[in-house]
Amino acid sequence: MSIEAKLLSANFDRIIPDSLEDYKRFGGYNGLKKAMNMRPEQIIEEIKLSKLMGRGGAAYPTGIKWEQAHEVKKFPKYVVCNADEGEPGTLKDKYVMDKDPYKLIEGMTIAAYLLGAREGYIYVRGEYKKSQEILRGAIKNAVNANYLGENILGSDFSFDLEVISGAGAYVCGENSALVESSEGRAGRPRMKPPFIKISGFRGMPTLLNNVETFASVPVIMDIGGEEYASYGTDYSGGTKLITLSGNVVNKGVFEVPFGITLREIIYELGEGIANGRKLKMIQMGGSSGACFSEELLDTPLCYKTAKAKGLSLGSGAILVIDDSNCVVDFAKCITEFFLHESCGKCTPCREGNRQLAKILDKFAKGKASKKDYVSIDRISNAMTNGSFCGLGQTAATALTTSLKFFKEEFDAHIYGRCLTDCCSMSEGEE
Amino acid sequence: MREITSQQKVREVVEKYGGVCEKLVQILLELQEISGQNFISKEVALTVAEEMGLPLSKVYDVITFYSMFSVEPKGRHIIEVCKSAPCHVNRPQSVVNMFESALGIRMGETTPDKTFTLQHSSCFGACDISPAIKIGDEIYGNLTEDKVLEIINSYREGYRNVNRS
Amino acid sequence: MNMINIVIDNKRLTVPEGTTILEAAEKVGIKIPTLCNHTDQTVKANCRICLVEVKGSKKLSAACATPVWEGAEIVTSSKSARDARKTVLELILADHAQDCLNCIRNGSCELQKLSMEFVICEPSFDNIAKELPIDDSNPSIVRNPSKCIRCGRCLEVCHDVQSIGTISTAHRSDEYVISTAFNMPLDQSACVYCGQCSLVCPVGAIYEKNDVDRVWESIDNPNMHVIVQTAPAVRVSLGEEFGMEPGSIVTGKMVAALRRLGFDRVFDTDFTADLTVIEEGYELIGRLRNGGKLPMITSCSPGWINFIEKFYPDQLEHLSSCKSPQQMFGALAKTYYAQRAGINPKDIFVVSIMPCTAKKYESTRSQMYSSGYRDVDAVLTTRELSRMLKLAGVDFRNIEPEEFDAPLGISTGAGVIFGASGGVMEAALRTVYEVLTEKELDKIDFESVRGLEGIKEATVYINDMPVKVAVANGLKNARLIAERIKRGKCDYTFIEIMCCPGGCIGGGGQPHTTTNKAREKRIGATYTEDKGMKLRKSHENPAIKELYKEFLHEPNGHLSHKLLHTTYRHRKHIK
Repeated sequence: MSIEAKLLSANFDRIIPDSLEDYKRFGGYNGLKKAMNMRPEQIIEEIKLSKLMGRGGAAYPTGIKWEQAHEVKKFPKYVVCNADEGEPGTLKDKYVMDKDPYKLIEGMTIAAYLLGAREGYIYVRGEYKKSQEILRGAIKNAVNANYLGENILGSDFSFDLEVISGAGAYVCGENSALVESSEGRAGRPRMKPPFIKISGFRGMPTLLNNVETFASVPVIMDIGGEEYASYGTDYSGGTKLITLSGNVVNKGVFEVPFGITLREIIYELGEGIANGRKLKMIQMGGSSGACFSEELLDTPLCYKTAKAKGLSLGSGAILVIDDSNCVVDFAKCITEFFLHESCGKCTPCREGNRQLAKILDKFAKGKASKKDYVSIDRISNAMTNGSFCGLGQTAATALTTSLKFFKEEFDAHIYGRCLTDCCSMSEGEE
Repeated sequence: MREITSQQKVREVVEKYGGVCEKLVQILLELQEISGQNFISKEVALTVAEEMGLPLSKVYDVITFYSMFSVEPKGRHIIEVCKSAPCHVNRPQSVVNMFESALGIRMGETTPDKTFTLQHSSCFGACDISPAIKIGDEIYGNLTEDKVLEIINSYREGYRNVNRS
Repeated sequence: MNMINIVIDNKRLTVPEGTTILEAAEKVGIKIPTLCNHTDQTVKANCRICLVEVKGSKKLSAACATPVWEGAEIVTSSKSARDARKTVLELILADHAQDCLNCIRNGSCELQKLSMEFVICEPSFDNIAKELPIDDSNPSIVRNPSKCIRCGRCLEVCHDVQSIGTISTAHRSDEYVISTAFNMPLDQSACVYCGQCSLVCPVGAIYEKNDVDRVWESIDNPNMHVIVQTAPAVRVSLGEEFGMEPGSIVTGKMVAALRRLGFDRVFDTDFTADLTVIEEGYELIGRLRNGGKLPMITSCSPGWINFIEKFYPDQLEHLSSCKSPQQMFGALAKTYYAQRAGINPKDIFVVSIMPCTAKKYESTRSQMYSSGYRDVDAVLTTRELSRMLKLAGVDFRNIEPEEFDAPLGISTGAGVIFGASGGVMEAALRTVYEVLTEKELDKIDFESVRGLEGIKEATVYINDMPVKVAVANGLKNARLIAERIKRGKCDYTFIEIMCCPGGCIGGGGQPHTTTNKAREKRIGATYTEDKGMKLRKSHENPAIKELYKEFLHEPNGHLSHKLLHTTYRHRKHIK
């Protein structure tokens, strides 16, 4: 499997996850030790050189984010990890937490050292209870070995880390909703400004990054930013954990260098389409990501190239859909997901998802008309451009993009035909 | 009924987390777990509100916001079938059918002996073995009819030695 | 302060840093539509009706929540903004009962007004409104969740202004609602019926229980002698229901209008406000002399009474045992007045016009039957009275003023100021001072206890003794006082507490034009009315003197205790 890379995932399945000894044997905590001998500007510079971008989906340059966080002169500051991996088709953060938890812990510790933060929190989705236990165990071991807690490694730097559990809400992946939830409330997004970096957890400056982002930092500190960046493309440095799911033979999490194509990922790592079927559609970035057809399969994995083609890598989820699936049925499934997960606070998202689900239900029952395209267009525009938070702003992406690539399949439903027989085309049960 | 969490127990859990509002979600998770029926009763919520000095409406808001909480009693074990896109394209309906016929209940229902509740769930990160189900903290994938029966029996009999993938 | 240069709708503008797009637009004469936004509340930005375009961004900005930045070019009514707003409005309408003509807020509904401005003629989306049960479990407030647009104004008032929190957001997505815990009816919740939620609700989702029909019925009944009392705070707000400026004093017009409706006598709650001053004043003097429970706290405000009974029942002894002026009036109407007028009290129907929803509940309390009958038969809010007047075709703006009937319509300036926070305190001080010192006050205006500030304090020297008093309005401030008492850190002698912000002039039954600005103007009008009165001290009210001489005999005497004083109940509820 030459196209795989082994930086972040190097320890996967080769160490006992919560064994600190194992972790150290393979170079663990070299990054922190180096960082603790560097000036803050040097740490930031190294991360900037790595071209690391936020791995949660928004792809904001990590170096700049950390620089801004460092410049804020209000204390206490908090370091918070977004481990609310709720984007369907994504389980790479779970892999990191389950298979190499110290990497995340080390990354957060480096961030805390840089910012002068005394406390950090890992917000793990409630569904990942096992990962929470692994992290708690690892934190305990790190405290005992003086990699966390008071006077870390004999310095005057102290840092405590705690795991917070979510309780089942996709929207808590949105950073301000995550902070709300961390403070014990319903996880509905907060108004911005003020931004989390100024007024986040407990109203104080907060650095919030995804698991994969934090876990990449020890690697960067260890091998150097330039070396890390060299794995990827000019724009997107290093490697990415991707989750391959759906109708491929070999599903799972893979670490790949930026620059390889989707075709390589699906046909080499994924070993092609399962059950002898043909590829119909790909959805990239999770349920909030765009759907597209085979014609974009040679797009290289890179934030910039993807954007140019109207795509987003998002969380790195790649969902492969074969030709036994119906695009309308799929769009309906996605819309129902967002209808279930919308926090309900703002009109476009709450009401828009309801209306879209209703319209797609009409398509699936052969009851839709051309007029419904106008409604889809109006509603999705209002949602995309006018929703309160990222959830509503991306909830209609799958629908609008699949309409772009597979309009004829929607049309067929208007005329009462589902080409795959996935839709009931009648009033009865779906 | 032994399932009903006593006021004293609620107080202990609240106390364990220092009674701070910030820990409300963690407190409710623990209380739901010890409820035995995977729910937060009105009485429990009221005690939590009183102990923490919160309006009951705020506690109710938190309970109803998160999908893992319930205000209605459920089965001792909740069988969750993922209905998100990555599982959807792998036909989870067949899995639903297998569980429905094995348990004799429909989706969303609880067995009369209150052992199992069958419900849908959003993605819980088992796309590598989809279509997947989750029971408590355990995840099972690549399901066949025999395996479904085996899983159900393992929970009935109180031991769990099923191959999970 | 940093100044920022922007261009908004083709006009260059320099505004202070922190100015929102909504505020900047107002400066160039553009009123961007809003719905969740409320001038006295925090910015919520959840309705999304105020979306505008900022050049260079495909995403639209919520004007209410977006501060401008240097160089920003804003087009408030670009095509994409207009389209998105209209879609947002239609999405709200598609989840809203389509029965404007049968709605209590027909004509005063903010959603209806927007629909008119957006010229919505035909629905674009399928109506998917759910029919949810109406909660009319209590005498004061009705909740109709089917009409709720989830703007969140009511819960901000309930939590942040009143510190009750009986309603909150709950559930999510299409089930997202504003609800009590476990969807319990309000009468089982901690609700104190202050009605502040009904004041800020932009639609017909929360409103006062309608008692208009019962009042019409009594007027229609030829065997019924129907008398009405009007609370001090109504005369400075009722005009707003007829398009008059906040702060317009309409006392005489209101009296005339009530006569046109057919009330047999038009009396004034100010009369029993004066009586309250005497009874409460003597009660305070008694507590001071006999070592009674201090601080003594006023008991005029039924929302406050509900609050202390439910949240601080172990402090009930601090409450004055005086009934509120409304209930004193009712008890006297069916005893003293009935005797004088020679009418059988069973044939008397007492209506009160109140700025308050909690007064409706108060009139139903079991302690409020001391005349042998229900003392007050029906309570109408300011809003309900305006509806009656409109139905009867009263040309309120042009009606000639008339005078209250005697004797229960005779009052002093001290009674008038009961309507504003601090007024009961000031009225009491005017009397207590003179009774205790037997000297005339040099200056009868106690300005330090007036105004909208949450907690006001003053020290008054009576016979060279410093007497510390405090005035609180809004239950959040009441809670602060109660917490101080709980901690034993409260050295006041006398405390006035009003449930609603600004006192009764800001009550939950007042016109929907109520804002803090309007409250200030009504307060101003109240003190103007006071200044214009011939008598301004309750103990100088000749009708009160006559009442004691002929009927009650002495303050806090046997008959007073029977008719004018009450008891309270422990109703601890943390819901």
